[in-house]
Amino acid sequence: MFNPLALVGQVFLAALAEIGRLSRFAGTAIISIVLPPMYWRHVLKQMWLIGYNSLPVVGLTALFTGAALAQQIFVGGSRFNASSVVPGVVVIAIVRELGPVLGGLMVAGRVSSAMAAELGTMRVTEQIDALVTLSTDPFKYLVAPRLIAAVLTLPLLVIIANIIGVMGGFLIGTERLGLNAATYLKVTVDFLEQTDVISSLVKAAVFGFFIALMGSYHGYHSRGGAQGVGKATTNAVVSAFIAILLANLIITVIVFGGKAG
Amino acid sequence: MTDTPMIKLEGVHKSFGSKQVLKGIDLSVAKGESMVIIGGSGTGKSVMLKCILGLLTPDKGKIFVDGEDVTHHKGRARKDVMSKFGMLFQGAALFDSLPVWENVAFGLIQGKGMKKTDAREIATEKLRRVGLSPDVGQLSPAELSGGMQKRVGLARAIASEPEVIFFDEPTTGLDPIMADVINDLIVECVKDLGATTLSITHDMASARKIADRIAMLYHGQIIWEGARTDIDSSGSDHVDQFIHGRAQGPIEMEILKL
Repeated sequence: MFNPLALVGQVFLAALAEIGRLSRFAGTAIISIVLPPMYWRHVLKQMWLIGYNSLPVVGLTALFTGAALAQQIFVGGSRFNASSVVPGVVVIAIVRELGPVLGGLMVAGRVSSAMAAELGTMRVTEQIDALVTLSTDPFKYLVAPRLIAAVLTLPLLVIIANIIGVMGGFLIGTERLGLNAATYLKVTVDFLEQTDVISSLVKAAVFGFFIALMGSYHGYHSRGGAQGVGKATTNAVVSAFIAILLANLIITVIVFGGKAG
Repeated sequence: MTDTPMIKLEGVHKSFGSKQVLKGIDLSVAKGESMVIIGGSGTGKSVMLKCILGLLTPDKGKIFVDGEDVTHHKGRARKDVMSKFGMLFQGAALFDSLPVWENVAFGLIQGKGMKKTDAREIATEKLRRVGLSPDVGQLSPAELSGGMQKRVGLARAIASEPEVIFFDEPTTGLDPIMADVINDLIVECVKDLGATTLSITHDMASARKIADRIAMLYHGQIIWEGARTDIDSSGSDHVDQFIHGRAQGPIEMEILKL
């Protein structure tokens, strides 16, 4: 007989078990980062794949978002004769939230899926087992370089995304909305605080960790051939998205929770 | 051959959930001996191999390598044991991201810390040993045929001159002629190295060619073990049915019961 309470219990226990497995995987990965050897050539390669190859999509996302934000704030603010707040709100919104979050989500879509597909294929074709038989720790060889590369690269990407996002707002503000260029830049700089920049970079590093962790975890535990790899890829992206949004909320509450302005 | 077996399994059990795959495996492989495990799909051959390699941990029982209990070895101790092993995987399991020569040299560079230039020389020599020209070393694994991939996998397995070599379905997916070429290469390479080998296969032609001894795994247990020359007079209906590839027999009856 169908018992909804039992079903809820099963889902809850399954979720707890998955979180336990993920935490254990993350712990092993962190230990493998701390202990030598480190494959620095792989770290650089991953930094290139994650960072350089994500630049176009992250840059375009930031540009269009910054531009659209400026337009919206101008229209909304003009109702209260507050259109002059456009530069300040754009820079705060971009640096505190949209730069790291949208940048993180775009990179998660690209990178988590690619990592899960690559490691998943290596798992189902026994390449990961082959690493073990060749006296090589798969965590050190495959997972650690991806985690380090993502944690180092995401902040760099987010700095670029923030600058491009603000410039998107600047372009719309000065070219279409008639705001003064010098005033726009001055207000932007005046509004921006050190905490905004630091929180943006911390968020980016944390998002980078989750992007690589989810991609590696789901790929590493992939099973069942092509279908299993496809499932791992989807799960990696979905779980990276959720982790990014949840981490963003937690960091925002910690950093800005008791702050007005 | 000395008295201490190179590989010894004592009462090895392994389950996945409620499914019992290995139900008390006892097996002994002497130094320099070539043991072949035969058995149908799903009988636990690969699980047994993965337990010996440390890729899976047995639920119960012990595994000895050269007299040392390695059942629960981890980290450095496991790495030391792995340095004695070479393995040819069923699908060759070559690393897509590396050229062929680096696949062959991988264990020397990463496992033994050898310089790339020295490891490349050895890789080229091993490729020649399995009948592949040095220019194949530049290619990507994706550019090779199935037979060539198996040869590269064999070259990788013997590159670090291991004491024990495992062969997982070495002839699966190959045409009969290429399968025989691979069998000959296995016999020659193993003879050169004086290595102990443990192979799992469905292919009786392969088993007859490479084995000193043969054991049959059925329902997670070794049901027969003996010299290669004795297999045709094993006295076991299961073995007879399997080696002659007959649809009728006790194995089919078990399938029908499911």
